Amino acid sequence: MQKKLQVEAIEQGSVIDHIPAQQGVKILKFFKFTQTKEKITIGLNLATHNGESKDLIKIENTFFNDQQANQLALFAPNATINQIKDFKVVNKFQVQLPSSFIGVLACPNSNCISHNEPVQTRFYVHQKNTLKLKCHYCEKSFERGTFDELD
Amino acid sequence: MNNPLYQKNIISIADLSRTDLELILQTAHSLKQTPQPELLKNKVVASCFFEASTRTRLSFETAVQRLGGSVIGFDSGGNTSLAQKGETLADSVKVIASYADAFFMRHPQEGAARLASEFTSIPVINGGDGSNQHPTQTLLDLFTIYETQARLDNLNIAFVGDLKYGRTVHSLAQALSLFNCNFYFISPEALAMPDYILEELKERNINFSLHSSIEDVVDDLDILYMTRVQKERFDETEYQHMKSAFLLNADMLDNVRDNLKVLHPLPRIDEINIDVDETPYAYYFQQAQNGVFARQALLALLLTNHFQANA
Repeated sequence: MQKKLQVEAIEQGSVIDHIPAQQGVKILKFFKFTQTKEKITIGLNLATHNGESKDLIKIENTFFNDQQANQLALFAPNATINQIKDFKVVNKFQVQLPSSFIGVLACPNSNCISHNEPVQTRFYVHQKNTLKLKCHYCEKSFERGTFDELD
Repeated sequence: MNNPLYQKNIISIADLSRTDLELILQTAHSLKQTPQPELLKNKVVASCFFEASTRTRLSFETAVQRLGGSVIGFDSGGNTSLAQKGETLADSVKVIASYADAFFMRHPQEGAARLASEFTSIPVINGGDGSNQHPTQTLLDLFTIYETQARLDNLNIAFVGDLKYGRTVHSLAQALSLFNCNFYFISPEALAMPDYILEELKERNINFSLHSSIEDVVDDLDILYMTRVQKERFDETEYQHMKSAFLLNADMLDNVRDNLKVLHPLPRIDEINIDVDETPYAYYFQQAQNGVFARQALLALLLTNHFQANA
């Protein structure tokens, strides 16, 4: 059987792999990659070895710091990031779930004070297996799926 | 010896350790026994009620004045710049806190007190933030239990009524879970204690059980903590059918322990019949009075580093 590259290789930049299907576009939007001029290749609903589908993002001349990498855990807790130089993987690491998320999510509680005031939202990881986050301000806990990302 | 609460904020009961709670209760006891009318002389305390609450405000302002301090503030948010001119809470707090030595506040939004504490260096005391926390109520409840039982460990405590929406019972159960008590939760199924509280109790190996009537357990109790089942949460037929299981009258107290005390955060409507008031078990009005001593204790500890509670 002929083996084909599913996505074109990049010379220098980052490859985010093992993104759950449907999350790739959200990640592009969250990191504002939709506004960059760097070359981006995305793969959606790619086949994996175990028969499931995944998304994949390759972005040239862009590298993630630790904080950005950990924010990926909101969308893709098992993602890996490959740093590419001269078409070779020079570093590969797995996303780590941070202990808190600051300024990236809106509190699902509409009566939470964080909506009206000059503060950054802050959520603590309350439960890891089914990701639940607890608001620093209103102290209520919510499952990840109930959150909207801040613009 | 420095006290660990000096200049600290009191935002959420979960922020307080068992040692902190014991220090507050000992201080409340001391101030009840030995008034300190000059302890806060020359101190100004802001009492800011962005949402009206008559009982909490009067209790807190009495506490300040009984310690010799002065109060500035307002009793509802409607007359403030915040409401009328759209000022942020953060700005309001910065300004008001610059006039005062401590900031006591009630606000209709959850998280307001935590946010306020980030915009001032003076101690902030949460007098209730939306449906979230009301730690001074919990402290007065704990003080009343401690006062009537001479301990907080290993008590049999029943909570009755609306256990789903009542922040009072949530906070009190969480605080008492530091003291290895046995809990009995008595409520209509629709108003049962939320799962997240039950999970927390399980994690702490606290014994608890769920019941559908007071009489199931009343004879084994040290504390019977009543709350109001709100009529508006049920249709009329349903309410009439179930309310009798969650109402207390004096006949139900014939075989209870001598040390039983009935508590209620007030206001009561009809969940405690007035014939209970004349029994030796009724303690809800003393409980309300204890709010002054619990709040005095907080003020004494937050604003004076040298105050020593009498043992």
